[in-house]
Amino acid sequence: MSILVDKNTKVLTQGITGATGQFHTRACKEYGTKMVAGVTPGKGGTDFEGIPIFDTVAQAVAETGANTSVIYVPPPFTADAMMEAADAGIDLIISITEGVPVMDMVRVKRYLEGRPSRLLGPNCPGVITPGECKIGIMPGHIFKPGRIGVVSRSGTLTYEAVDQLTRIGLGQSTCVGIGGDPVHGIGFIDVLKLFNDDPATEAVVMIGEIGGSDEEEAAAWVKAHMKKPVTAFIVGQTAPPGKRMGHAGAIISGGKGTAQEKVAALKAAGIRTTPSPALIGQTMKEALQR
Amino acid sequence: MNIHEHQAKELLKPFGVPVPKGRVANTAAEAAAIAREMGGTVVVKAQIHAGGRGKAGGVKVVKSPEEAEKAAAAMLGKTLVTHQTGPQGREVKRLLIEEGLPIARELYLGMVLDRATGRVTVIASTEGGVEIEEVARRAPEKILKEVIDPAVGLLPFQCRRLAYALGLSKQAGPFTALLQALARAFAEKDCSLAEINPLVVTQDGRLLALDAKINIDNNALFRRPEIEALRDLNEEDPKEYDASKLGLSYISLDGNIGCMVNGAGLAMATMDIIKLCGGEPANFLDVGGGATKERVTEAFKILLSDKRVKGVLVNIFGGIMRCDVIAQGVVDAARELAVTVPLVVRLQGTNVEQGRKILADSGLAITPADTIGDAAEKIVKAVNKR
Repeated sequence: MSILVDKNTKVLTQGITGATGQFHTRACKEYGTKMVAGVTPGKGGTDFEGIPIFDTVAQAVAETGANTSVIYVPPPFTADAMMEAADAGIDLIISITEGVPVMDMVRVKRYLEGRPSRLLGPNCPGVITPGECKIGIMPGHIFKPGRIGVVSRSGTLTYEAVDQLTRIGLGQSTCVGIGGDPVHGIGFIDVLKLFNDDPATEAVVMIGEIGGSDEEEAAAWVKAHMKKPVTAFIVGQTAPPGKRMGHAGAIISGGKGTAQEKVAALKAAGIRTTPSPALIGQTMKEALQR
Repeated sequence: MNIHEHQAKELLKPFGVPVPKGRVANTAAEAAAIAREMGGTVVVKAQIHAGGRGKAGGVKVVKSPEEAEKAAAAMLGKTLVTHQTGPQGREVKRLLIEEGLPIARELYLGMVLDRATGRVTVIASTEGGVEIEEVARRAPEKILKEVIDPAVGLLPFQCRRLAYALGLSKQAGPFTALLQALARAFAEKDCSLAEINPLVVTQDGRLLALDAKINIDNNALFRRPEIEALRDLNEEDPKEYDASKLGLSYISLDGNIGCMVNGAGLAMATMDIIKLCGGEPANFLDVGGGATKERVTEAFKILLSDKRVKGVLVNIFGGIMRCDVIAQGVVDAARELAVTVPLVVRLQGTNVEQGRKILADSGLAITPADTIGDAAEKIVKAVNKR
């Protein structure tokens, strides 16, 4: 088992005819993901390397049974693409695009209320269940099937963490990038709940960063509900206040959202943390040996 | 993106937010002329992208055009240091000259994006003119909140509820109009923060935005060219601005080890580990998930233009990208720019062996590193030795 995606997940790509959409659709298909459809308005009836293309998400779902969508369209059109996927009844909507206006996300979140769709992202690397299904832009070869769940706000830092886990022999059940934007889809707590209930996941690595209070809330949830070991790394100890550190959501404002506060909250919840990004894998190894 | 107070007021006015009469002056003579035209008491306000101007001497109430000229001459060209500017301060290049108002009460009004709910929240308080963070710490019960449902916008009853709680029962109507205007401006201009501090009640019972601070969501600038036009380059770090034009995310720090990394999280992690190893990062620099040779070259130029940089750490977790391509980019850039400071390169991803070979064969003094920890130790050692 795993969470969110597995070998039976049927994926459609929104924005399949763009360069990014093509590149990553091909890479995910090569990984073994069931890429069943593409959507690009105006290109319906054509195909991309054998994957049929439709004008609308609803048509693609009706024809192919796709239950998950990955969105690579540019920022001005991303919100519309997310809502189209939700309207078509997609279970899991994954948005890779960076640079989506925040007010667009405010409207999308409102639109998703009361609908069964889950949103992952935007501004995230995607989700992977190693050996079964990769959806997004992460390099498949660094992952290894196993029992560690990973949830992270960052892309390349997730690869760093996973690479460390794989090198010390700890494979992963599922790795989820929740994205670096201030308003986004599912968060740490949603993913931790899924890992908590997943028999294939033995422990969870959580990677947070400065800005907001998601990590503090996750810490409180872990303390109250989590039955499995959780280790954490918070990036941005050296980030200056008031500066947006690349990710739109990575900013210390009004003295809130510092790495120090987050680490203190995690420690108070009994979560093992490390100050060093070189020891993320090692920290999990130690947590499992206790 | 930040804009000036006078720009924020000009932005809010057409939506129906009442603001004091005022005009911008770039010289002391202009300040005097505006004061003469307005007559009576005026306020001379330094226009910089930072709060706390009053305490730093950036706001003066004057009673005559002569006094206005004197105050303006003292302010223009002066570097204001407030708690928000950092120790280096900001040079005052323009002033806002506004009518003086007989103030009865000062309130706080703000709109921010609440990350936890994913909604815009109105924050109001009877404690105007001071920092809201301070009020939140000292007297949290004095902070009033209303959450805006994006499907229907800010509703009149929510505005009335705030008006009565703020003791504005006589001004409930105008307050509702003002607040709804502010909410419309927030949504239509893609704000991430709008703050009126203070919102004043004059002795004759009028409501006006005495100050206005607006931040705009950078992600939305593509559809707000009128906001982009308000950008004041005097207020921005030139290196950060140049980098942003090239699609690179760069932030200047105080140390001497330049970092070039792909991805924001890994870039911050690289800064953190340099510090853990006893060094000081000179910058945050994210060349983007898909680093190309061109971007690597541009990134090097920006890094090396900082004369404090005594060593450079390149940390690229390529993943899908090929390490040989990145290695060639690093070698070409180092050669083109004649890099003389120690250079440690950590590459990870596809074709990592070929990448390392290109670095080794280049004849350049490039120290390769295996892991992020190894890379940080090597660069800190190299820089501290010099």
